[in-house]
Amino acid sequence: MSARTLPLVFINLGGEMLYILDQRLRALNTSEDQSETGVWSERDRKRVLNDVVGIMFSKSFMDELLKPQQLYSHRTMKTVLTRLAHSSIMRLNPASMDRLYELMIMAFKYQVLLSPRPRDLLLISYNHLDAARAFVRDTPAVLNQVDETHRKIIEVYSRLSDGEFQLLRQTLLTFLQDVHTRVSVFLKNQIQNPSGRFVLMMSGPVPAGVDVPGLIRTFDPRGREVGRSEFPPGGTYSGSVGEGSFELSGDRVLRLGQNLYQAERPEETQTSRTPGTQLDRTNPLAKEELNLLARLMGFPGKSGVVPADWRCLLPSGAPAEQAAIFQVINIQAVQDEEAASALARIAGQFTDEEAELENPSGSKGDDLLAMMDDL
Amino acid sequence: MFHKEKSIQLKNSASALYNNLSVLRIAPRRLTYFTVVHANVVNMVSTSWDGLNYSHRQLQSKEPNVATSTSLIMQAAFCALPSRDLLVVSSQKGIQMYESDGSIMVYWHALDTPEAPTAHAVFARGISAVSDNYICVGVSSGAVLVFDVPSKGSNITLSEVLEEHKEAITDIASECSGSQEFLANLVTADDGGNLCVWKSGEEFQLLNKIPGLDMTCSSVKLWKGTVLAGYGTGQIRLYEAVTGILHAEVNAHARWIYSLDIAPFSGLLLSAAEDSFVRVWHLAITPETNSVEIAHLHNECVTDTQSCGAKFCDGDGYAFAVTGYDLSEIIRYVQS
Repeated sequence: MSARTLPLVFINLGGEMLYILDQRLRALNTSEDQSETGVWSERDRKRVLNDVVGIMFSKSFMDELLKPQQLYSHRTMKTVLTRLAHSSIMRLNPASMDRLYELMIMAFKYQVLLSPRPRDLLLISYNHLDAARAFVRDTPAVLNQVDETHRKIIEVYSRLSDGEFQLLRQTLLTFLQDVHTRVSVFLKNQIQNPSGRFVLMMSGPVPAGVDVPGLIRTFDPRGREVGRSEFPPGGTYSGSVGEGSFELSGDRVLRLGQNLYQAERPEETQTSRTPGTQLDRTNPLAKEELNLLARLMGFPGKSGVVPADWRCLLPSGAPAEQAAIFQVINIQAVQDEEAASALARIAGQFTDEEAELENPSGSKGDDLLAMMDDL
Repeated sequence: MFHKEKSIQLKNSASALYNNLSVLRIAPRRLTYFTVVHANVVNMVSTSWDGLNYSHRQLQSKEPNVATSTSLIMQAAFCALPSRDLLVVSSQKGIQMYESDGSIMVYWHALDTPEAPTAHAVFARGISAVSDNYICVGVSSGAVLVFDVPSKGSNITLSEVLEEHKEAITDIASECSGSQEFLANLVTADDGGNLCVWKSGEEFQLLNKIPGLDMTCSSVKLWKGTVLAGYGTGQIRLYEAVTGILHAEVNAHARWIYSLDIAPFSGLLLSAAEDSFVRVWHLAITPETNSVEIAHLHNECVTDTQSCGAKFCDGDGYAFAVTGYDLSEIIRYVQS
């Protein structure tokens, strides 16, 4: 079907990932004092977001995505997004990555499904781009990359007709078909039913360019209106609220694609597969990270417990311990090897960074050491 | 006016594609066939009229990985010709024609697919039988392929390629009143909302072109010389086919229309859209006096579902069936 889906998929899935990482890392920041260890500081959080945005919007990555091609499988998508998530000082184990991916996919599915017009997929993407810009506003170089990407997207997609956008949307809907993971923030805000299906409203404003249903007009052969009648449309619709801005900046009007997690507490970014399963009340991401740190200090298996003097983060121990921190996840994507390898080559930047981190004074450790020196 | 009946369960869910439901009534065997497309699979269900027997069959393209499959199906539709019924499946790779029960493939036409993906997608979409022996299928380039179908056997040939549309074909329909009095017997629609009206024959003749307003016409029907067209804006328009005169315009739905159908004996019209509504209308068309009237009769709401297919199950419109994106059932309604 459409060969133009990938850039929008990555901007939106990546955008959701940024929201979730941001929210989880804020949750791990239990102290305002940047020198406090055992938590992710404001500086760490910004570092992670800058790194991820930097890779996501790098020229080579985007250029590769913009080539006309078929959509990847879920497996390949997850591999690339895992590499993206690991492009900074943070590590996620497979279970955390699975949960993260489910969240991203369900958020994206909601946005695609509820997009009032197929063309509004662009506005949703622009909402994500606007948010990415806000995350990196203090880093001009990365900010510039986001702007460049935005310009390219505008250039490529403004030419598409509404019919082509609908084909793009239909391609995405096929990719997202049959996924009904329940997400607690969606359930709480009543955008998702306990069955996993999204709620579709029969009320509210109609999309731009659409008339409120309910009117039948008849015309004579000369085109003059000769009759009008009304019928009950069943829903309670109101007129369109106008079109959002498709420019580099502006009021997008549409709220889809904005950060749903900002006001939420950490456990709101939970997912559960089937009805009836207990929603896991702890924060798996934070938990796993803390587990890793605990293990480093030689506290086996103790979850959620952060030893007071974990600042001795320097992995001075055996190589095995070092490997434990910088666990690289390799997901074999057999079928899409060709597609995956092209992108993986571009994303080879990730592996370079990973190699860098594998030396004894990992970057995070460096920062903390420096802080310790200042004390 | 209508009430909901027992749904038919499908082996998998319906994909978001225009006109994603086709129905064939086999009166001599008291059976009705339904087909619904899921990605690269055609789900077929055969139901007995007494409602006691259901049998399923799936026609599948071989690639296992859905998202990267290069043979995603765009539409599956029954074509009823006087001599035989065929099931036509149009995909990214080409066009397949099967016996109506899906048992044997009788014809395969490959599309010219480029080696590397191009910016413009390549696929076949829009299927209709017309007059006694033709089946027309649309292509993403705007071309309409006309196949000549013999009364039996697999000697189906490509008879003509109609190149009038510049945008991807969305839907094709033939005159379904059963009367021979109408000059035009085929209408083709595209992504830009443009409609072409034809007369079939050894060489198809273009009778009229009705320009679109840059808004996709996703579903089209032709009845008693009147074109019924459903648009992405949720509007339904009624045009006189040969002259292009606009008879009526209905602000029918709040979202993109995905399917229109007509019950030719009673003049009932069915419309289904992404707004979760399926609506039943009544058409009164008197060609002699040039009068066309449309009245709204009934609404059904399929909760939390974007409809992608709606068809009457019989020529009188006594019953109709609906499919929705991500829904693994065919919902049925019957007149009370």
